[in-house]
Amino acid sequence: MTARPDTTSPNIGAGPAMIRLDHVSTHYPGQRRPAVADLTLEVDTGEIVVLLGPSGCGKTTTLRLINRMIEPSSGRIFLNGEDVTKANPDQLRRRIGYVIQQVGLFPHMTIADNIGLIPRTLGWDNKRIQARVDELLDLVGLEPATYRRRHPKQLSGGQQQRVGVARALAADPPVMLMDEPFGAVDPITRERLQDELLNLQDKIRKTIVLVTHDLAEALKLGDRIALLAEGATLAQYDTPERILTEPADAFVAEFIGSGAAVRRLHLHTVGSLVLDPVHAVRAGSHTTHDRSEGSVRRVLIDDTGTVLRWLRPTDDPTRGRAANDIAVVRTDQTMYEALDAILRAHDDTAAVLDKHGNLIGALSWSALVRERLAPDNAPRTPTRATPSGHPR
Amino acid sequence: MSSTSTDTHAAPAITTTAGDQGPHPISLVTTPVLLVAVCAALWLYLSRLHLDAIEARALNPRTVTTQVIEHLELVAVSTVLVIAIAVPLGVVLTRPRLRRLAPIPLAVANIGQAVPSIGVLVLLAVTVGIGFDKAIIALVLVSALSVLRNTMVGLQGIDHSLIDAGRGMGLTKTAVLIRIELPLAVPVMLAGVRVALIFNVSSATLAAFTNAGGLGDLINTGIAVNRTPILLTGSVLTAVLALAIDWLAGLAERFLRPHGL
Repeated sequence: MTARPDTTSPNIGAGPAMIRLDHVSTHYPGQRRPAVADLTLEVDTGEIVVLLGPSGCGKTTTLRLINRMIEPSSGRIFLNGEDVTKANPDQLRRRIGYVIQQVGLFPHMTIADNIGLIPRTLGWDNKRIQARVDELLDLVGLEPATYRRRHPKQLSGGQQQRVGVARALAADPPVMLMDEPFGAVDPITRERLQDELLNLQDKIRKTIVLVTHDLAEALKLGDRIALLAEGATLAQYDTPERILTEPADAFVAEFIGSGAAVRRLHLHTVGSLVLDPVHAVRAGSHTTHDRSEGSVRRVLIDDTGTVLRWLRPTDDPTRGRAANDIAVVRTDQTMYEALDAILRAHDDTAAVLDKHGNLIGALSWSALVRERLAPDNAPRTPTRATPSGHPR
Repeated sequence: MSSTSTDTHAAPAITTTAGDQGPHPISLVTTPVLLVAVCAALWLYLSRLHLDAIEARALNPRTVTTQVIEHLELVAVSTVLVIAIAVPLGVVLTRPRLRRLAPIPLAVANIGQAVPSIGVLVLLAVTVGIGFDKAIIALVLVSALSVLRNTMVGLQGIDHSLIDAGRGMGLTKTAVLIRIELPLAVPVMLAGVRVALIFNVSSATLAAFTNAGGLGDLINTGIAVNRTPILLTGSVLTAVLALAIDWLAGLAERFLRPHGL
């Protein structure tokens, strides 16, 4: 579980902006309308900003302006406070990781050579490069001894994209640009890669700008979302929470479409809600029903602490029913997952476990709907749901 | 490997029959065995004949060896020159800024290949003169197209996202060319070189007409003096040479091909 530092509130830059586009425009030759028109955008240090928008809105162009793969026709670009509009583009790009949808691993080089290419260009010695390659492969979850010597063709699409991320991180750039990085993998792999990216980001804290046209991906990954309309016009630049609850205009509202309320459930974890108290009763124990506990729910657990089922006041704890007819969620799961568990169990309440698996409370349907947030979770800085194993 | 390109300047790449994988492993062994057998058969055939004075002089081992060496020199020098000219030219003509100029050298190379080799040789002999050097010019003109075109097609066929990734991570244009584009184009380029080599082996027989030596001398003599053993020796040795060089080129394709493709 990761409670992120509050760098995500709109209009409050916690640190200096790592990336700043200052009234930047660019034109494609032969086109009258600019691809990006007078865009001003700031990305703070250590945050993930998602450039989101319909096809052809200029989000990829905007991304490629940052590392000057596309040159601006006017405006200025700042990286970590430094004006890089006129800097040597090759040297600039070595300070910026770049991940593309097609991954673009060089098929004739081994995984190690792919990752080590920029460090080698920067003149690192072999020992340092090798250590860095192993470190990065470890970081993205690929066993170095197994994968170092392989060629890209011998890897699955998901593994290739992991290597793509490792390669982008090779020279430890403060900034990483990702152009629809998970667009070409299957949905299950995509979800896993998204989860891994968030876990990775907790360790490396890079400033990441990511392009996607997938709203769900933007909501899941973004600390802030820059929703772009045609010509890369900034329609709204805000936290996922506020994009969903307070769309700036009709364009944003239309882009989000229906289901904003349900989507919001992805943004909060069960742990951020006020839970109802529960009383655990061990199966087979002959506790007489204690009236003084009043309305506190009772839940039957077995000797190992596994939650079995709810106990109605008249139930006898000595006779256990089959397990798994009770919704069980953990505090680090999202409200969406809690709702899903409740619906699947045909129940109106889920038992809530902390991350160590200890029973800590109950989440009722009505609590979920009313979204009573725990006091340490201010509504504007939602704790982001980080991925974890989902008990089913 | 894509053998076609959307770029209108590029004709399809010339590929050898062995295709993408290089020669089949079996042909790696069978070809040399076959060639040795053919040479043995030729020797056997000649040793059983009673050669007359003309035949004996023409088929003197030292003379034949000299002609084989001359032939190999013609092939080697012309092919090296073709590579030295056509590969850099192909690289230059695929750079975005110069892509517009591509039709001009391609047209010249096309003419060189379309006009029969004997025509090119004779034309050059008439205009420039005769001898080894002049024959080399003709051979280069005749075989340049395959290398030029395959270099261009090989470079144009590279997945653009690889170039994008390379540039995006901060490699210079030169680094992208040397470390990514050229290695990936090697299989297609080698196929072009292989075709050029075989072209040169056959065209070099015609160089004898312009006094450049080689196995063509043997064939010409055979025809002129109407002696089948001489003609046969010249023809068989040329064929064996062509197949042997093709076999070597196949080996090169196999081992120079980048790993991982």
